Amino acid sequence: MDLLYDTLFNGLAIGSVLVLAALGLAVVFGLMGVINMAHGELMMLGAYTTFVVQNLFKDGPLEALFPVYILVAIPVAFVVSGLAGLLLEKTVIRRLYGRPLETLLATWGVSLILQQFVRSVSSAFAIGLVLAVVLGLLIPRLTPPRLWQQRWTPLLGVGSWIGSGAVGIGVASALGGVRVLDQPWFSARNIDVTAPQWLRGSIDLGALNMPTARLFIIALTAIALAAVIWFLQKSVWGVRIRAVTQNRSMSDCLGIPTETVDALTFLVGSGLAGVAGVAVTLLGSVGPNLGGNYIVDCFMVVVLGGVGKLVGTVVAALGIGVLSYIVGSGSLLLVWPAMPPALNELVTFFATTSMAKVLVFALIVVFLQFRPAGLFPQKGRFVEA
Amino acid sequence: MGDWLSNRTLRRVLPWVAIVIAALVLPVVLPPFRLNLLGRFLSLGIVALGIDLIWGFTGLLSLGQGIFFALGGYALGMHLQLNALAPGELPEFFSLYGVKILPAFWQPFSSPVFTLLCIWVLPALVAGVLGYLVFRNRIKGVYFSILTQAALLVFFNFFNGQQKLINGTNGLKTDTARLFGMLVGSDGAQRALFWLTVVLVIGSWFLCRWLTRGRFGDALIAIRDDEPRLRFTGYNPTAYKTVVFAVAGAMAGISGALYTVQSGIVSPQYMAVPFSIEMVIWVAVGGRGTLIGAVLGAVVINYAKSLVSEALPETWLFIQGGLFLLVVTALPDGLVGWWRGGGLGRLLAMVGRSPRAATYPELDLDPAVAAERRQLEGGEA
Repeated sequence: MDLLYDTLFNGLAIGSVLVLAALGLAVVFGLMGVINMAHGELMMLGAYTTFVVQNLFKDGPLEALFPVYILVAIPVAFVVSGLAGLLLEKTVIRRLYGRPLETLLATWGVSLILQQFVRSVSSAFAIGLVLAVVLGLLIPRLTPPRLWQQRWTPLLGVGSWIGSGAVGIGVASALGGVRVLDQPWFSARNIDVTAPQWLRGSIDLGALNMPTARLFIIALTAIALAAVIWFLQKSVWGVRIRAVTQNRSMSDCLGIPTETVDALTFLVGSGLAGVAGVAVTLLGSVGPNLGGNYIVDCFMVVVLGGVGKLVGTVVAALGIGVLSYIVGSGSLLLVWPAMPPALNELVTFFATTSMAKVLVFALIVVFLQFRPAGLFPQKGRFVEA
Repeated sequence: MGDWLSNRTLRRVLPWVAIVIAALVLPVVLPPFRLNLLGRFLSLGIVALGIDLIWGFTGLLSLGQGIFFALGGYALGMHLQLNALAPGELPEFFSLYGVKILPAFWQPFSSPVFTLLCIWVLPALVAGVLGYLVFRNRIKGVYFSILTQAALLVFFNFFNGQQKLINGTNGLKTDTARLFGMLVGSDGAQRALFWLTVVLVIGSWFLCRWLTRGRFGDALIAIRDDEPRLRFTGYNPTAYKTVVFAVAGAMAGISGALYTVQSGIVSPQYMAVPFSIEMVIWVAVGGRGTLIGAVLGAVVINYAKSLVSEALPETWLFIQGGLFLLVVTALPDGLVGWWRGGGLGRLLAMVGRSPRAATYPELDLDPAVAAERRQLEGGEA
């Protein structure tokens, strides 16, 4: 019995991180059919935001409030990741509407840039970057408009961006000579976020030992889930999002501003990734490669759950979590110690975290043979079955 | 000046002459290190050709070509490990994990014939089975991409975790083994491998060209452009997709084997998620749907990568990420596609060198007219 609770709790804990991470991805994918490969990197931004917030609270006037910094970090991470996502949508994804495979590649490019950005950003780098962007945006405003109506205008546009980029790089490398400005903010090493005291203990319920951090993540997931469901079901924009998800062109005809809906959805989805990033910091140290560890799992959750259904996402994530834990911990051996040697060998073979992933993913692929649209397929009539 | 030297014949023959001369001259001119790099990158051109076949022509974006690439590499790597031994011995790494008996699936790899078959048949089989299962259910588009990526991760975790079977994360070294009496790592063997690579790249190119012309190729392009319509016309897209995916898998296997012997090691890193996505970007930059573009893209980008990584290692990821964005947004047909689509003429027209146009040129080049035309064609300006 204890084993059952133990398995359920740990599976739930693994699964709830997955729910949180996949929630934003599922909302965006359901609405826009866009696979955001940079989702993991938006999580990473959330994690690094937590790190920054923690450092703000560590010393100085806010020290007394250190125990609750994590509660501050959650909305801040939501905003930071959400804005990053909004920028991504406005600059890249909007141009690629209706070309999902290209979007996938473009967002992968963004994820590479974000990873390296976190590794090498320093004050000098940031100043150069801001300068380049401001220059690039200002040049068309400050030069005679006549120049921007010629046949060679595209070349001028490219040239002005290249020029401002060169100015930015030049300034950054000039400032890089100053020791203080050259210090990388995070560097390529992993960062450790210190959880406040009240998240470090654990609660003992008989034989079951529940770390508070895990409980906190489960609670956070539940709240985020409730908020998303409320937003989608009750708010005006939620209704619009659902309408566009079901039938984009019809919604467009009925006057729903689909472009705003896209942008808003992307903002919310990316913000949720940021919140997931806060949760991940409680599980151990995080680094620039954080995204890669979660992204494929999140995709599998979305595919297994079925597109456009939140209940599918939740069930799939918790299912994957529990199954991974059962297989990875080899707890079947404890339940049934007298199993035949061949089976015993098989269970032991898969009883590591990475081998559990092998088995679980293989099972998902097999499952999709029978239910290609996932656990909870969307009902309706489509030309493309 | 006879007919045989007409402009057209010349244009057809000249590239081949150039390739033959380059293949003969480069091994003499280049230092062994650079020649080795070039050979490796050329062998990556074969996997790129396969991706072009399935993505550029058939519209299937596979993010899991690394599986087949590494399977080919492992097949040859295992053979070379066994080749270096006296009878009754085990490859060295086995003793680290206390393995006394050669695992059963290693046994057949001591035969060179079996290995040479296995290098391309095994990946083709895996690709065929995986492809059939996925295509049968009409899983396509991004779902297909995600599933191939998940499969890649499955294989990666498996090979990475199994020390006792295939030396896990350390991989198999091939440098010190002997192949046809030559030390694999020696300069002479590497030169021979370079020539072999050139021949195989050209062979693969001809295979792809043969496949993409004629009825089979037409069916592939039809699948890319409008699969339901092809199905309603009475074709079975599943069969075509499975076959072409298996062919691409076989090419990836050959490519992986060549890459392995030229870089001296095969490791689970060949199945890492980023590497397989990189393969796609080679094709995208070179020009998908153009066979020569795939090879050029693989060679040029990898050469650029090694040059940039030597000089400024920090910037490579920025450049690579920027390439992804640039190609997807500004050059959807890649460099070769841009060239063939008259991109240079358009660029010259912008600076006032009017191309020879059929209509009154001013009208064609006026930005206002161009904008209006784009609007009429239904795109947003």
